[in-house]
Order: sequence, then C-alpha cells, then structure tokens
Amino acid sequence: MSTPITSLRIEHITKRFPGIVACSDISLSVGKGEVLALVGENGAGKTTLMNILMGLYTPDEGKIYINNKEVVFKSPGDAFACGIGMVHQQYMLVPNLTVTENIALGLSKMKTDGKGEGRLARLKRAAKLDLDAVRRQIVAISGHYGLAVDPDAAIWQLSVGEQQRVELVKTLCFGAKFLILDEPTSALTPQETDELIALLKRMSAELSIIFISHKLAEVKALSNKVAILRGGKLVFRGNTADHSAADIAALMTGHEVYLPVNQSSRKPGEPMLEVSNLFVRGDRGNMVLNKLNLTVRAGEIVGLAGVSGNGQRELAEALTGLRPIDSGEVLLDGVRLTGKSPKQIIAQGMGYVPEERNVEGIVPSMSIRENLVLKDIAKPPFSVGGLIRNRKITENADAMREKFDIRCSGVGVAAGSLSGGNIQKVILAREINRGPKFLIAVYPIRGLDLGAAEFIHKQLLALRDSGVGILLISEELEEIINLSDRIAVIFKGQIQRTLGHGEATQRKLGMMMAGVKEI
Amino acid sequence: MKNFKWIYTAGVILLAVLLTLTVAALILALLGANVLDTFWVIFCYPFTTFKNLSGVINIMTPLTIVGVGICVAYRSGIMNIGGEGQMVMGILCALLYSLSVESASLPVTLLVGILGGALWGLFPGILKSRFGVSELLSTVMFNYIAAQLYAYCLRVPLLDPAVAGGVGDPQTEKLAEGLWLPRINDLLDGLPKGTRFHTGIFVAIALAVIVYLFMWKTPAGFKMRAAGASERAARYGGISVDKYLVLAMCISGACCGLAGTVEILGVHHRGIGNCTGGYGFSGIVVALFGGLHPLGVIPAAFFFAVISYGCSALQINKIPVPSNMIDVLLGLVILVIVATKLIIANPYWMDRAQRKFTALFGRKEA
Repeated sequence: MSTPITSLRIEHITKRFPGIVACSDISLSVGKGEVLALVGENGAGKTTLMNILMGLYTPDEGKIYINNKEVVFKSPGDAFACGIGMVHQQYMLVPNLTVTENIALGLSKMKTDGKGEGRLARLKRAAKLDLDAVRRQIVAISGHYGLAVDPDAAIWQLSVGEQQRVELVKTLCFGAKFLILDEPTSALTPQETDELIALLKRMSAELSIIFISHKLAEVKALSNKVAILRGGKLVFRGNTADHSAADIAALMTGHEVYLPVNQSSRKPGEPMLEVSNLFVRGDRGNMVLNKLNLTVRAGEIVGLAGVSGNGQRELAEALTGLRPIDSGEVLLDGVRLTGKSPKQIIAQGMGYVPEERNVEGIVPSMSIRENLVLKDIAKPPFSVGGLIRNRKITENADAMREKFDIRCSGVGVAAGSLSGGNIQKVILAREINRGPKFLIAVYPIRGLDLGAAEFIHKQLLALRDSGVGILLISEELEEIINLSDRIAVIFKGQIQRTLGHGEATQRKLGMMMAGVKEI
Repeated sequence: MKNFKWIYTAGVILLAVLLTLTVAALILALLGANVLDTFWVIFCYPFTTFKNLSGVINIMTPLTIVGVGICVAYRSGIMNIGGEGQMVMGILCALLYSLSVESASLPVTLLVGILGGALWGLFPGILKSRFGVSELLSTVMFNYIAAQLYAYCLRVPLLDPAVAGGVGDPQTEKLAEGLWLPRINDLLDGLPKGTRFHTGIFVAIALAVIVYLFMWKTPAGFKMRAAGASERAARYGGISVDKYLVLAMCISGACCGLAGTVEILGVHHRGIGNCTGGYGFSGIVVALFGGLHPLGVIPAAFFFAVISYGCSALQINKIPVPSNMIDVLLGLVILVIVATKLIIANPYWMDRAQRKFTALFGRKEA
C-alpha cells in the first residue's frame, strides 16, 4: 500500500440516482504532483464524483485506475488502503478529545504497517492504544509538511483553520498519498485561506491533490489543472494557467457571470437602525458585545466585516429579539426594539436572513408554499376569519417562484429538499415580499454557487435602491466591498472603525479584522 | 415512473402483510394452536355479530380520542406519554363533579373531564417550556401521581357505601342515569339487545375532524406544526414556541381527559379500578400507526380495536392461546409498520427495484 500514487485515472464514470444522473460519462486523470481543481455549481456532481473515488458510492458504469491498474472500491476502507484520503467540508472530529486522541481513534482501525496482518494481531494492536507512538507520528508528519499542530490541544480549543490542519494531519497519518479536499476554504478567514493555499502548494511537491472549490481566485492560485462539471457532465478540462477566472466562471455557469457591484451614489436617507451602547451576553454568559454603536440609514447597505466569533451572531440575534439585551438602546425607524419579542420586532418591519438557512430560515419538512408565509400565516389574505386560505397561499408561492427564480418541481414539495441556493431564494422571497424597513442578512451567499450568489446580490442591491436599510454580515471581503455603502469592522464586540465605500481594500479590512486599529 | 411507485408501494405493503401473518402463524403453531382457527377468531370473529362489532367500536372510541390527542402533541414537537394519567385525571374530575353536584348534566360532566385532562397536560407543558424538563420524564411521573390520587379517591371519599368495608374491587356509586351517554339500542329500534354500544364513537369522529381542521386549517394549528417541525425556524419566524408548546400539551391532555370521561359515561357508568383499559398507552401506538394524522387515527383505531377484541375473544372460542397474544401481535405489527415505512420512503431501494423490474419484464417505459 505504501507505493506512491503516480497516476490516478477515472474513465467513463456514470452514477445515477432516482430521477437524475449525478455523473455522466466523466473521465479525468491526475498525475504525480499535480493539483486538479474540480469546479462547478452546486449539484453539478462534484461531491458525488469524489464520493465514488472514496468508495462511498459504487459507480454504475466506468472504471478507476491507480498507477494504470484497475481498482474497485467497495468501501472507504478500500480507498484508504490505496492511499486516497479525503478531508470533508464538515470536519469529523470529537470536540472534547485531544488531537492525538482523535487521530488515534481512526488509526486503531487502519492497517498501519503493511499487508497480511492477521486478525489476532489487529485485535492486539486495537486493544493496546499506543498514544505515544501516535503522538510521535503526528509530530513527524506535521514537521515534514510544515503543518503546525499541537498534538495535546483539545479540539474545542482550536480555531476552524487549526481544526482543518488536524484533519489534514489525520488523513496523512492514515497513509494518504492522494488528497481530496471538499471546499477546504469555505469556513476559513481570508488569512487562513492564504496560509492553506501556501501549505497545499508545498505539499503538492510530494502528493497529488484534487480540490473542490467555488472560489476561482483559489483555483487560479493553487491548481495547475482544472476540470469543470455542469449538470453531471464534464464540460471542460485544461491547464489552469491558460484560462482567466472569467472564462472558468462562464464555463461553470454556462453564461457570463458578473457579480454585481454597488455603484449607485444615491444619498442615503434618515437613520433607520440606530444601535447605541449595546451590551449583550453570549451563550457562556460572558459579555460578547461591548458597548457597540452602529447606525444604518435608509437606502444604505452597511457591511459588517469581521472574523466570525467576534459578536456578529449575537448582534443579529439581539437585533431580532432572539437574544436578551443586557443594556443599551436599539431603535428601528425611531421605535425602541429593546425588550420586544421577535414577533413584535418582525411587525415593526425587521427582515432577517439567518446564518443557518436550513434550520433557522425554513422549516425543512414543510412545503415551500408554507415556508413562504411562515411569518404572515395569521394575516389576510393568507387567513381570513381564523381559517387558512390555501388558494391564496399557493398563488403567492407561484408568484414568488416566478419572481425569485426558485427552481423546484412544485411549490408543494418540502423546502428542505431544495438546494442551498433555492432555500436562500425562498427565505429572501419571504423577507422581501413582506416589505421590510430593514433587513439583516447573515452570510447570505455562504456555500452558494456563483449563479445563485449573483441573483441574491442583485436582489439585495435592488432592495437597497428601494430605500431599505441593510446590515450585511459576512466574512467574504469581496462580497462586503462589492455591496456595501459603508463598511464597519467588528472586533471583540465593538465596531473597530467604519470605512466609506471607496476607502476599503481587502488588505486594510483584513488587518482591521485582526484587531489593528490604525492603518 | 409514477406507475411504478404505486406498484412498488403496494408490493411492499403486501409483502409486509404476508410477513406479519407468517411470523404470527409460526408463533401460534409453536404454541400448539390451530393457526387458521386462531386467525379467524382474531380477524373475522369480531365482524360476525352485531354484538361483536359493537364491542369493537366501543374499544375504538377511546383509542381514537386518545390517538387524536397524541397526534396534536407529537405534531407540535412534544412527546406526550402521559395519556394514561390525563385520562385518569379526566375521569377523576368528572366523577368528583358528577357525584357531588346535585344538578350535574352530561355536557358539563364532559367539560369537567376535558379540563381535568387538560390540567394534567398543562403541568408537563409548563415544566418543559419554562425549565426545559423532559416531557418523557414528567408525563410518566404525572401518570403515577394521577394513578395514586385516583386509587385514593376511589377507596376513600368516592367509595360506594354498598361495598364499603367489604371485599371486592373498590368502585364508586353508579352515576345518575341522566349523565350516561345514550346507547345506540335505546335510540334505534330493532337492534339486538344486550350490547353496551354507546354514542361515544360520534364524539370521537367529530373530535378527529375538528382537530384536523384546527391543525391544518387555522393559523394557530399552522404555528404549532411549524414549531413542532423545526423549533428554531419557528422561533426565528416570530412564533412563540413556548406558548404553543403549552397549548399543544393542554389540547393533548384535554383529548385524553375526554377519552376517559366518555369511557365511564358510556361503558361503566361509575368509577372502577382499571377504568382506562391501558388506552392512554395503546393510543400512542394508534397515533403512530395512523401516521400522526387525526383522520388517519380513525382507521388505525378501528384496526387495533378489531385485533384487540379478537384476541380477547380467544378464550370463549376455546382457542388455547392466551389473550396476551394481543401484545405479541401488536408488537409485530408495529415493527413491520416501521420497517415498511422506511422501505417505502427510501428512494434508492425503489430505484434499484425498478431497474430489476425493468430488466426482468423489459420495455417498461425506458
């Protein structure tokens, strides 16, 4: 098993699921030391293809070759044994165990020392948990690849970026010679992303890598080959250097993509949301917002930039009445929101696109139609005289489906069955259709593909032009810079500084997000 | 594709039924009984005479009412296993009222029973919404409290003077005749006499329809279902989840209280020892079997009533199978139903079956 993987080839892979063909006749090859970027919109078949490579699915047709020898993966164990390792989007770590313990957890099941190990020997090894040996292996591997990892830290103490390094070390400890990374940067801060890219570049000297990404800047920076999937088919294969990011984006979506930019120089109106001296506690009872002051005017998008965990979530929840306010004042269009219930705040004209769209934004098991009226079910025309009017609810849903381009087989299907982009469209449709005075949008395009992101951004800009105040909370600096009239940087529960539309650059924001006050 | 889905679903259900019967037959054969005779008594005997059928419907009545109540709770995201206690409290309150107030009337007695059950649902509801106490624990504990309270009242303040100091099971005095639920025999002429077939079944069916309309056609029902399906999304949508949770427990308890009251006013006409008949628990199974839908509960309750009546009739039909067989059968049925639901809901298995099917029989809309 420890022979290096000099080439990996897949030929004519097809995988069908009920009603759809997830991968159709896909052929790819990755050579030694190559980095292949696999790009495509959500639902293009990237993850299915990688799951086939990992032995999680068996292909209906097609073959996989490693070093020109055909292999058949019946389970992830087979793929591991051949040296293929995958780092998933969701990290698979036990929070209250240490790094060493987490890695040992997987190792005890893996064959570490070659083939032909008898069942008894395996049992013996599993029974004897040699943590020191695991620890030595971790130190060796992290030293070899320059992956800084503290083997004795508990997972819960680590940042997202550090946890990802643990996942990488874990995969390498299992003997991976070929890495598959599923959207490795989706949860990282800009700085961490840069570090990861540098690291992967170093590692590609010894390993081959396939990485899945939406972000074309990374694709350009890291990969030497790119493969584009659309609708389950391979539409393009080539060298990254020969193609611009715009070309790749167009191939990915099937049309030219322009992420909209806030250009109109409308004068913002009166202050719509005024937050003064706000103190709010976090889940552990410590003060998370410390005397936060912020004003958003009508017809203005204020971007709140910051590394997650600096109070963004608590601010959004406090403003929507979901989290109690310790002290301070919140005014929406001159009306006090402090101490009001979510219902009362919604009635005041507060719209909210929450962070976790699948569990907070929609009721997954209820239909699209019902989710679109979640906040207005008790009001006419959706219910009259205490009875629900299903016809009105369906009419409303059909209109929203048309207007917001919600792609679904019907408005009666469960909202939870939609893709992330369409779920976000349902949420946005509901919030915008209510005619809000103010909208809080938290990570509105996180995890969405370019087409959906473009649509969401256009809607937000249109909403701003209609005179609504918007607080845009995001970690994506590009998104914030593109959309915002003003940018406020949050750090440790306070607004560090507020910059105008022209003043902000990615570099400047990045440093301020890290706590540097004056630049 | 659509065609196949029906074939598949029907096929799976047919297989499930066959499997259930086979396993049941095996067990019966092991017990040394005549399998066909036993099946006949369990599944067909209940339909043979008007008396038997009315017995089935008398069992179906409380099962339906409890099942509907359980649906409300489950749909609102709270597991009510306190149906038994809520029934007992409904019965106790109805008895206390009707035995102590001279001018008691049937509607008021029913109302008092409903309130008693609702009260016993209210406490666990508040405990859950205020302090996060698990309803699984609290409702079970409230079952015990209700049972002990009832046992005390039956033996001391409400004890029938006629049996006081004697042996035999404690019971209350007979209720005034004006409080009894009318019996079908008294309303219609020409029916065989000697049955206890009472009008509670109409109450049960009306309740199922009303609860269905409430849960699916009113904003309050919508909010309760939303809160039950995803608490966080409901909270973010401005729904006061805590309020609806307490309301759901009250409605659920009220239904169980009604079931108990109907049972004593329709069947026993007095408070007796084991007056809930375990319906507070079997109602949970009925609710699950009925797809947690109030209208689905009606046929589910009927089905359960049939096998339950059939099993209890094994003795008088001289079949050497203990009537506890019902527990075995119900357990079997529940297992098979759960498995069947999983299989039908799994699109991958259906897809695989479809491809096998197409391969076998060819040109089935490629």
